[in-house]
Amino acid sequence: MGAGHAHALYVHGHTAIHRLPPETKVASALAFIVAVAITPREAIWAFGLYAMMLITVARIARVDGRFVAARLVTILPFVLFAFLIPFIGGGERVEIMGVAVSRSGVWAMWNIVAKATLGATSSILLAASTEVPEILRGMQRLRVPTLITAVATFMIRYLELTAEEFTRMRTAMVARGYNPRWLGDNRPLASSAGTLFIRSYERGERVHAAMLARGFTGEMPDLSGERASRGQWLAAASIPGIALFIAALAWWTR
Amino acid sequence: MHAPDGFLSAGTALATGALSAGTVGVALRQSKARLRDKHIPLAGLAAAFVFAAQMINFPVVAGTTGHLVGGALAAIVLGPAVGAVVVTIVVIIQALAFADGGITALGYNILNMAIVPAFGGFAVFRLIRRLLPAGGGSVIAATGLAAGASVVMAAAAFSIEWLFGATAPIAFDTVFGAMVSVHVLIGVGEAVISAMVIAAVLKARPDLVYGARDLRASQLAETRPSPIRVFLIAGLLITLFVAAIASQFAADGPDGLESVARAVGIAQGERAWLEPLFADYATAGISNAGVSLAVAGSVGVVITILVTAGLLHGVRRRGGIEI
Repeated sequence: MGAGHAHALYVHGHTAIHRLPPETKVASALAFIVAVAITPREAIWAFGLYAMMLITVARIARVDGRFVAARLVTILPFVLFAFLIPFIGGGERVEIMGVAVSRSGVWAMWNIVAKATLGATSSILLAASTEVPEILRGMQRLRVPTLITAVATFMIRYLELTAEEFTRMRTAMVARGYNPRWLGDNRPLASSAGTLFIRSYERGERVHAAMLARGFTGEMPDLSGERASRGQWLAAASIPGIALFIAALAWWTR
Repeated sequence: MHAPDGFLSAGTALATGALSAGTVGVALRQSKARLRDKHIPLAGLAAAFVFAAQMINFPVVAGTTGHLVGGALAAIVLGPAVGAVVVTIVVIIQALAFADGGITALGYNILNMAIVPAFGGFAVFRLIRRLLPAGGGSVIAATGLAAGASVVMAAAAFSIEWLFGATAPIAFDTVFGAMVSVHVLIGVGEAVISAMVIAAVLKARPDLVYGARDLRASQLAETRPSPIRVFLIAGLLITLFVAAIASQFAADGPDGLESVARAVGIAQGERAWLEPLFADYATAGISNAGVSLAVAGSVGVVITILVTAGLLHGVRRRGGIEI
């Protein structure tokens, strides 16, 4: 993943949201999701307001609603599980459209679906408006240990290369008539994965040698660059600020 | 198993977050000591491999496919500390840059997908290697069983977290029974694929496999295919056994468990002081809360022992004391 390339979740743009320094966006997304997570589930109006806030952010960042919806598939298994809760859950039963369901199960379903959707949407908007290397730089400026951000940087840089290397191996096998059907047929595929590990490890050693040749001392140089200004922090903090206010209000009026 | 935001209670998210941060901190220091200045590029490439390996779809039966989770495999190849760090980084980036798994769910997602499989899986690997003769075949068999066990352990760990932070009126024993029995099946796939991957690495670059670095070349050559078949059958029998037991727990809890509950000291009357610790939901609907708590307690103790054994292994190595 070299410079200028984007990954699946990034939507190229030059909006106000795109221009915000990454550390303000990461912190703001985290604080917003915390506010959502601690909001009592009975406060349906609060979740409606959160959704409206996210829609506003998506509008400003020019991220299409269908794009977000398509990326929400990662939470689908948990949403399906949530839809089962009213039927398998215990406690008091209520009748909804002629079917007896668990009252607290319905609340639990709503709670999981609402919080998971809002949380995932915030993550999607963060990733859509911030390129991955920028997210990592933001994490670094937020004092996440350098080791984690440095390793993650290398991971992102070589991820596509590694995945494509495997695709080439699979294509070569398929071209020679390989057609695995069940678990026992996986030996060639798994052996290729083993080969892929060896190639990755050896590439790591080559990269290390190249870094040594360029004066690597064992510590990554600080490339975090200029920090965000007070105004940018204020702009980014407005979103979680409102969300935390809503969460507090929801607790107050409970 | 990338749980989304709000799936467990806020308190559980916070507690598991602190636990994960502490453990990863220890693992970070260990991996830095082990890989020296190579750690950044090597761990980065290993993380890229784990990430890519999770995207590979393996056929299971009739049109269904599965993919590697990779925690135990990473620990066996790279060592438990480096393995845990690498998978943790994969999980963090999946949450932040790929919206896969909640950001506030990172605490329990890292615990279940990186720490428990890496350290717990490695402890199982060490245990089985002790029982089997020294040789390449044993490493392959131990990898398979450890990888399978790591998936089941992760499912059990999630169920125990549910006991503390349930957000839905579903009793612990239902969650435990369902999670463990489903993950026994997933574990079989993980076991077979992990064993095959390690076999390929052992054949070409045995020096790269951390879990086999005590073996000489002549011992590594001992990769007769028979142990693999034996382990496949043994693994299947063990998983069926575990599934049978798990489903028993999920049903009503046989009488024998009552005595376990009493032995653990959380039977009926005595567990009253423990009650505020657990989510009302997870204990309210249970026919026999004492039994469930006993199950959760004993499973938790086993996982904790295994994870600690894996952690200690790394610390001991760092001190330079050979086992």
